[in-house]
Amino acid sequence: MPAPIRLRELIRTIRTARTQAEEREMIQKECAAIRSSFREEDNTYRCRNVAKLLYMHMLGYPAHFGQLECLKLIASQKFTDKRIGYLGAMLLLDERQDVHLLMTNCIKNDLNHSTQYVQGLALCTLGCMGSSEMCRDLAGEVEKLLKTSNSYLRKKAALCAVHVIRKVPELMEMFLPATKNLLSEKNHGVLHTSVVLLTEMCERSPDMLAHFRKLVPQLVRILKNLIMSGYSPEHDVSGISDPFLQVRILRLLRILGKSDDDSSEAMNDILAQVATNTETSKNVGNAILYETVLTIMDIKSESGLRVLAINILGRFLLNNDKNIRYVALTSLLKTVQTDHNAVQRHRSTIVDCLKDLDVSIKRRAMELSFALVNGNNIRGMMKELLYFLDSCDPEFKADCASGVFLAAEKYAPSKRWHIDTIMRVLTTAGSYVRDDSVPNLIQLITNSVEMHAYTVQRLYKALLDDISQQPLVQVASWCIGEYGDLLVSGQCEEEEPIQVTEDEVLDVLEGLLVSNLSTPVTRGYALTAIMKLSTRFSSVNRIKKVVSIYGSSIDVELQQRAVEYNALFKKYDHMRPALLERMPIMEKTATNGPTEIVQTNGETEPSVVEAKHPPPVTQPANQANDLLDLLGGNDVVPVIQTTMPTKPASAGGELLDLLGDLSLSGIPPMTAYSKNGLKIDFTFERANPNPNIAVITIHASNSTEADMTDFVFQAAVPKTFQLQLLSPSSNVVPALNQGTVTQVIRVLNLQKQQLRMRIKLTYTHKGSPVQDLAEVNNFPPQSWHAHPSLGLIG
Amino acid sequence: MALCLSLIPDSRQHVHRFTTNCLLRCMQFMLLFSRQGKLRLQKWYVPLSDKEKKKITRELVQTVLARKPKMCSFLEWRDLKIVYKRYASLYFCCAIEDQDNELITLEIIHRYVELLDKYFGSVCELDIIFNFEKAYFILDEFVLGGEAQETSKKNVLKAIEQADLLQEVRH
Repeated sequence: MPAPIRLRELIRTIRTARTQAEEREMIQKECAAIRSSFREEDNTYRCRNVAKLLYMHMLGYPAHFGQLECLKLIASQKFTDKRIGYLGAMLLLDERQDVHLLMTNCIKNDLNHSTQYVQGLALCTLGCMGSSEMCRDLAGEVEKLLKTSNSYLRKKAALCAVHVIRKVPELMEMFLPATKNLLSEKNHGVLHTSVVLLTEMCERSPDMLAHFRKLVPQLVRILKNLIMSGYSPEHDVSGISDPFLQVRILRLLRILGKSDDDSSEAMNDILAQVATNTETSKNVGNAILYETVLTIMDIKSESGLRVLAINILGRFLLNNDKNIRYVALTSLLKTVQTDHNAVQRHRSTIVDCLKDLDVSIKRRAMELSFALVNGNNIRGMMKELLYFLDSCDPEFKADCASGVFLAAEKYAPSKRWHIDTIMRVLTTAGSYVRDDSVPNLIQLITNSVEMHAYTVQRLYKALLDDISQQPLVQVASWCIGEYGDLLVSGQCEEEEPIQVTEDEVLDVLEGLLVSNLSTPVTRGYALTAIMKLSTRFSSVNRIKKVVSIYGSSIDVELQQRAVEYNALFKKYDHMRPALLERMPIMEKTATNGPTEIVQTNGETEPSVVEAKHPPPVTQPANQANDLLDLLGGNDVVPVIQTTMPTKPASAGGELLDLLGDLSLSGIPPMTAYSKNGLKIDFTFERANPNPNIAVITIHASNSTEADMTDFVFQAAVPKTFQLQLLSPSSNVVPALNQGTVTQVIRVLNLQKQQLRMRIKLTYTHKGSPVQDLAEVNNFPPQSWHAHPSLGLIG
Repeated sequence: MALCLSLIPDSRQHVHRFTTNCLLRCMQFMLLFSRQGKLRLQKWYVPLSDKEKKKITRELVQTVLARKPKMCSFLEWRDLKIVYKRYASLYFCCAIEDQDNELITLEIIHRYVELLDKYFGSVCELDIIFNFEKAYFILDEFVLGGEAQETSKKNVLKAIEQADLLQEVRH
């Protein structure tokens, strides 16, 4: 049997393969040879064979049949065998493998070996990939070695201990005694690994943290020595002494100084010293400065030091090295909340970074820019950000657009500016804006009464240019439907009014209906807009024709709308004008309010679970509610009101609900409470598009002779639900059923569990305070089912 | 001291939710690969299946190779930060945790390259291909469990030297 080929020869051979197939063939041949060699239990060449196997493993070929061989190598007396064996173990025998534990005994023996390099191999292997059981078995050995005077072993033992603690946190205590004198070591390797160990312990246990706070003076001294001492060739990196150790000490100081005044004070001077004296020409110096800044910002440092830190970051922003700029932006993003004014000073540099070529830097600069926008700089900042929006990569556009909307809403200097900004976003990044922007914008436009004519004109012109961007088209359609009369009458004050006829407007809207570019949702908007114009334009016949055509549309949504609008022309024509009246100003706290402004450090994504999301993408649902308010107000308690929001929001449905057709509603109303003359009814609707959110409106009525004043309704739900209570319509429930107090509750029911609620009512009646608690358990099953057709889920 | 990694041509190359054990590490793994995407060294400090390692490697190699020269050495990937640097034909790529210092990681990478250079004498990719086990041994004397164990270049090289002397056979 010839000797198996050497490792390097194999490597050479495999590299001559010209195709993947050829390589595979060579590998298979060699594997077969190796397998038979393993079978023969050959000790001489086992090491060579395993080494070859490891090479082939790196190329991506399976090597599991070599696992046991690694164990045999580890158990061998020869150092060469052990070296390759442990390497193989680290590559092939991680804790997921069955035979992993078989290593334990060998490692234990080798931890006590007479040769430190063998001990080193064992410590390294254990510290890299020891399983929890292995760590448990061998922790004692590691602890012993942590106390040895041999610095070569001590430093390895320290990191091994770190691994043991990570795998088996309960064992942390046993290493405490051994940490006693770790910092008195002169050897940098031991010092470094000791600091890592101490850091690990402090991060895991508040008790340890408290215990080790007393080390702060010692750490400060060591750091000081490193900075002040002269050139030390052994640890020098570009003129800085042991930057790795400096960084680790700074990090430990950060943990020790956090939330502790005394410790923070004790390290104040050294931090200032490092911050001012560290050489910044090379990356290594900046690495230390970076860590220093992080520490200063995290501990209870005095304001002068904090300003120093921010200024360091500001200087980083101007550094040619893009890596430095990147970490500066990241750090500034973290501190922009707490040190807002200091960061503001660097605003122009940050804005310049928007033009950087690097994607990561651009993103951070964008987030930071949004965080820095305020009432004073809004115009300038928005100019930059809009320019950025124009030219940035698609991956940024959605976030940037959302950010612009949010900032504009908060700080718009004028309504005109606000509308212009929105228009700019819609026309440049219109296809990237989030779905929830559309209802938000519609509400905004509705509320800017004096700008209606200007807005509809600009939107109309935008539509003439481009109908591909759906959010733009949807907002424009809606506006034209609402304010088309202003458009044709040429009432615009802000700019030159355009001349446009009713037919031209209808042409555009009909064009949207037929265009391939329009989504079904957009078509819905267009059709509704056309319908609304029937009370604003005189070309009613044309509109009637369009509407009747779509009565047989394949799109069910469109068909339904068309059919219902048709019905409006025929049977209910007398109601049409009132129903299609101009939208009133929407209250911000209504269910279709804007998404809450999320914190300002740049995150523009509202949390998914927010029940504050405006529900329908299709506006008409809300029109119905508001129209009812117009018709009846709170003084009338018609039967109609209880059917109001009972249907999942789909456009035309609500109109028919008004007409009393209860069979279309999904969920029947219920009486939740009735006692002492106070009656509380619940009516339901499902929030669209999220079927997990149930929108419940309470109607409180009072049949006694006296008013109930200071009426407060509170509700609580089980933990698996989330609840949001909006403002009540009033807190006086008038006597003798003369009116109702309504209030909207939104319940998020992700787990589709049975809805239960506990309510608390407080009010004053005839001078005395009344309080009552009640359980509401009679929710109809449909109120928590996504689809009424599903049976009760257990 | 100039580092010389000479160019030796060679031949080349998906979504995994990175499961960290919520443990704080300096480094989760280090990969060395050529400009064609060939793996030259892989050191993992977290337990993952072979399949997962392959997926991560494939995806990360693709991502890093797609980076343009002007871009910075850091990128966000899954819930990790990736620090990479190219030395001649080899990419050195580390994955670190969110709270780790990227700039010092660059120094760690540089230190490792210096060690290789000192050991092999003007190291090039071929040295690492043909002596991959030595590259591992050197790394294991410098980094243990994802953390640097020795900050003195001299001490690391001395230890390797001594260990080499203990070897009974040369294969």
